[in-house]
Amino acid sequence: MSIESLIASNQPKSFKFSRENEAEIKRVIAKYPKGRQASAVMPLLDLAQRQHDNWIPMKAIELIASKLDMAEIRVLEVATFYTMFNLKPVGQFFLQACTTTPCWLRGSDEMMRAIKDRYNIDSGETSACGRFSLLEVECLGACVNAPILQVNDDFYEDLDYQTTIDLLESLEAGVPLAAGSVLGRVGSEAIEGATTLASIKSKKAAAWAAKKRSSTNVK
Amino acid sequence: MLKLTVNDVEVEVEEGSTVLHACEEAGVEIPRFCYHDRLSIAGNCRMCLVDMERAPKPIASCAMPAGDGMVIRTDTDRVRKAREGVMEFLLINHPLDCPICDQGGECDLQDQAMGYGLDGSRFSENKRAVNNKYMGPLISTVMTRCIHCTRCVRFATEVAGVPELGAIGRGETMEITTYLEKTLASELSANVIDLCPVGALTSRPYAFTARPWELNKVESVDVMDALGSNIRVDARGAQVMRVLPRLNEDINEEWISDKTRYAIDGLRRQRLDTPFQRGRDGRLHPVSWDEALKSLATALRKAKPKGIAAVAGDQADVESMFALKSLMTRLGSSNIDCRQDGAKIGGKRAGYLFNSTIAGIDDADALLIIGSNPRIEAAVLNARIRRNWLASRMPIGVVGPKIDLTYDADFLGEAPSNLDAIADGNHKFAVKLKKAKRPMIIIGMGAMTRADGAAILGKARRIAEAYGVIANGWNGFNMLHTAAARVGGLDIGFVPGRGAMDIAAMGKAARAGKLDLLWLLGADEIDFDAFSSSFIVYQGHHGDAGAHHADLVLPGAAYTEKDGIYVNTEGRVQYASRAAFPPGDAREDWAIIRAVSGAVGKSIGFDNLAELRDALCAAHPHFADVDQIAPTKWSSFGGRAKLSAEPVTYALSNFYMTCAISRASETMAECVRANGVDSSTAAAAE
Repeated sequence: MSIESLIASNQPKSFKFSRENEAEIKRVIAKYPKGRQASAVMPLLDLAQRQHDNWIPMKAIELIASKLDMAEIRVLEVATFYTMFNLKPVGQFFLQACTTTPCWLRGSDEMMRAIKDRYNIDSGETSACGRFSLLEVECLGACVNAPILQVNDDFYEDLDYQTTIDLLESLEAGVPLAAGSVLGRVGSEAIEGATTLASIKSKKAAAWAAKKRSSTNVK
Repeated sequence: MLKLTVNDVEVEVEEGSTVLHACEEAGVEIPRFCYHDRLSIAGNCRMCLVDMERAPKPIASCAMPAGDGMVIRTDTDRVRKAREGVMEFLLINHPLDCPICDQGGECDLQDQAMGYGLDGSRFSENKRAVNNKYMGPLISTVMTRCIHCTRCVRFATEVAGVPELGAIGRGETMEITTYLEKTLASELSANVIDLCPVGALTSRPYAFTARPWELNKVESVDVMDALGSNIRVDARGAQVMRVLPRLNEDINEEWISDKTRYAIDGLRRQRLDTPFQRGRDGRLHPVSWDEALKSLATALRKAKPKGIAAVAGDQADVESMFALKSLMTRLGSSNIDCRQDGAKIGGKRAGYLFNSTIAGIDDADALLIIGSNPRIEAAVLNARIRRNWLASRMPIGVVGPKIDLTYDADFLGEAPSNLDAIADGNHKFAVKLKKAKRPMIIIGMGAMTRADGAAILGKARRIAEAYGVIANGWNGFNMLHTAAARVGGLDIGFVPGRGAMDIAAMGKAARAGKLDLLWLLGADEIDFDAFSSSFIVYQGHHGDAGAHHADLVLPGAAYTEKDGIYVNTEGRVQYASRAAFPPGDAREDWAIIRAVSGAVGKSIGFDNLAELRDALCAAHPHFADVDQIAPTKWSSFGGRAKLSAEPVTYALSNFYMTCAISRASETMAECVRANGVDSSTAAAAE
């Protein structure tokens, strides 16, 4: 692999942070002691990615380097180290599929097959329609609800072939399913409901879970 | 001091040492790839594993601080097995291409695989392959061989001060590269080739030309700048194949600049290999030595003694300057000058030396640079300033144009009036100088070649005296020369005698038609227009500007082709050695001068190099003390005239082309193109 294969071939000529992001950058940098501003590199890369259609152009890396008084290569090192930073354009829906052991045991292969059947894409590819990009990733840290598919910022859990298809359809239609377990379980409690402390019925907790389920955080 | 036991041997090491140091102290060799004495500790190759008592597993000795009472074992089965395991992992992705690898024969991985490698591989999967990276015209890369020790990354970031190298990706996809594969823009870039423990970074100009075991290795001294970096010249037959650094803690440590390393291909081009004489048709024709000597003798006899002058160039060895001075004295002329750039220096030795010594830079706690760009004029010395700055953040002030020195400096402005203000104490930098315990001043040729150079020197001396630059046990008054020959020339008094002409006066006299003969000892950087009426004798090794304008060309030897003495900018006497013979009919320079003395019948009193050196040491005893700096007394020097308002500049703008050899070098020309540096000096030489 060379750098050409890691970054987008069609780079924008310039990059500027939005006004709101500039203010946010000031706030982030202020969190660190003077002279340690380089610590803010990850938040800044994240801001750049969010502002720029979910991928980071080289101009943004250079801008961040100059903002944080770092060498450009140091920023690029960070950006290439983490799979969460995209250096190439991705679709509107960036699918990060976990295939690490627990997810795999719980059927991540089925989830992957559903995506492949629908869009004919493998890890690192974007669908023909340009809206869906898939990346196979390591553990997303939600093993109890495996398998997991992360769509942009949201986790969809307990997926199988059919629910994955349903999810994708909902995304295509622009009315995404509620984030969280597609089986409707709350948090990581057992599938039949809470098995410990089951006698405690908190209205507050139930209300909170319902609210969470109905919120749509997929753009 | 900490007491440790290494393999039952008790050793004492200083506080802050590592276990690896302690092992070395005990005489145990520890294999390593990522660890390097002069770089920060990375601890990522895991080759230096040793056993420590009470530790559950082997420890990386390079990264483990030594502790009192530690019991270390390096000879256990577990250590051996651990290192073999590390080696096996390293070799998983390392190609088996030693037969076509330039590192072969001097490869750390190859050597250590002999000690710790298994006889076969248990890895049946595909090896990874990595695309090669462009790092400029000097570094050839085969990145599949890289073992990710990150020595090169640390060197570029820490020593060279150009944080352009890095490791992108991670795990198996980790790759070393420059940002978007730009040229590694450092004057010290090629040192990463020496640092690379495998064949990932190798020398591009030297690629596939020779194997280390077929080279004749000669220890010598570099003349590309005035540092006198210690080098090893590797030659095969008559050709110098490469130049490598030689360890000298007091000068270059183990680095050399790219010009030192790579200008040598200039030794093969544009060489003067036979005497030439300008014919009636105005062109140079090859002639025999007999004819050349005869016509020179005739010209010398015809010329009035007062109308004869000699100028020594920037790479002349002390012996040939001494011989030429002796001959000129015998001819009755003291119109000699070793300052072809017209620098207003000479006389009192303390006034033209790097008095603190190069190693003394480590002790400075404030620095004032006047008209010098050390990054270009002495790249290795600049790395030392940077190291001090990194550790101490000492204040550094520069009088001269803004430049990137690889460390933060306070650019005080280009006006010489800054010096007046500092001397008077009403300058913001004066406060910082005053506060320092061991302040240092570095004066460059950019300031000394000005018309008011002597006045600047005097002003700098007064600043030095007022601000404690000269104190008990500390002399931070430093002149940074650009010419390897300069201090040696000044030491033997290759300067005009009383009432005689210096380079400027020679030009004036020549314009007035009063200079009959000008003898150039490798001097190419003078204003030849002034001397169009004189008979010019050029003695040197390259067909550069000097030979172009000469009426008679005497082919001499380059620095790799003669035994010679050079005195570096700090006044250290060093002996360079011959690695190859001069081409064709070219001869060693002192011998040419001796032959001329014979032809004109003015004996200069020595017939071989040993006699010459005896005479030299008799006249100037400090030349007998090799590698020593003769102590110098502080004295009054420099002028008192008013400084002109003309802005201070730097002597050099193009690092890569500063002498006849580097101007003839294709590699240097490629560096100029790749780095896009100002090529005005290169054009001027055409």
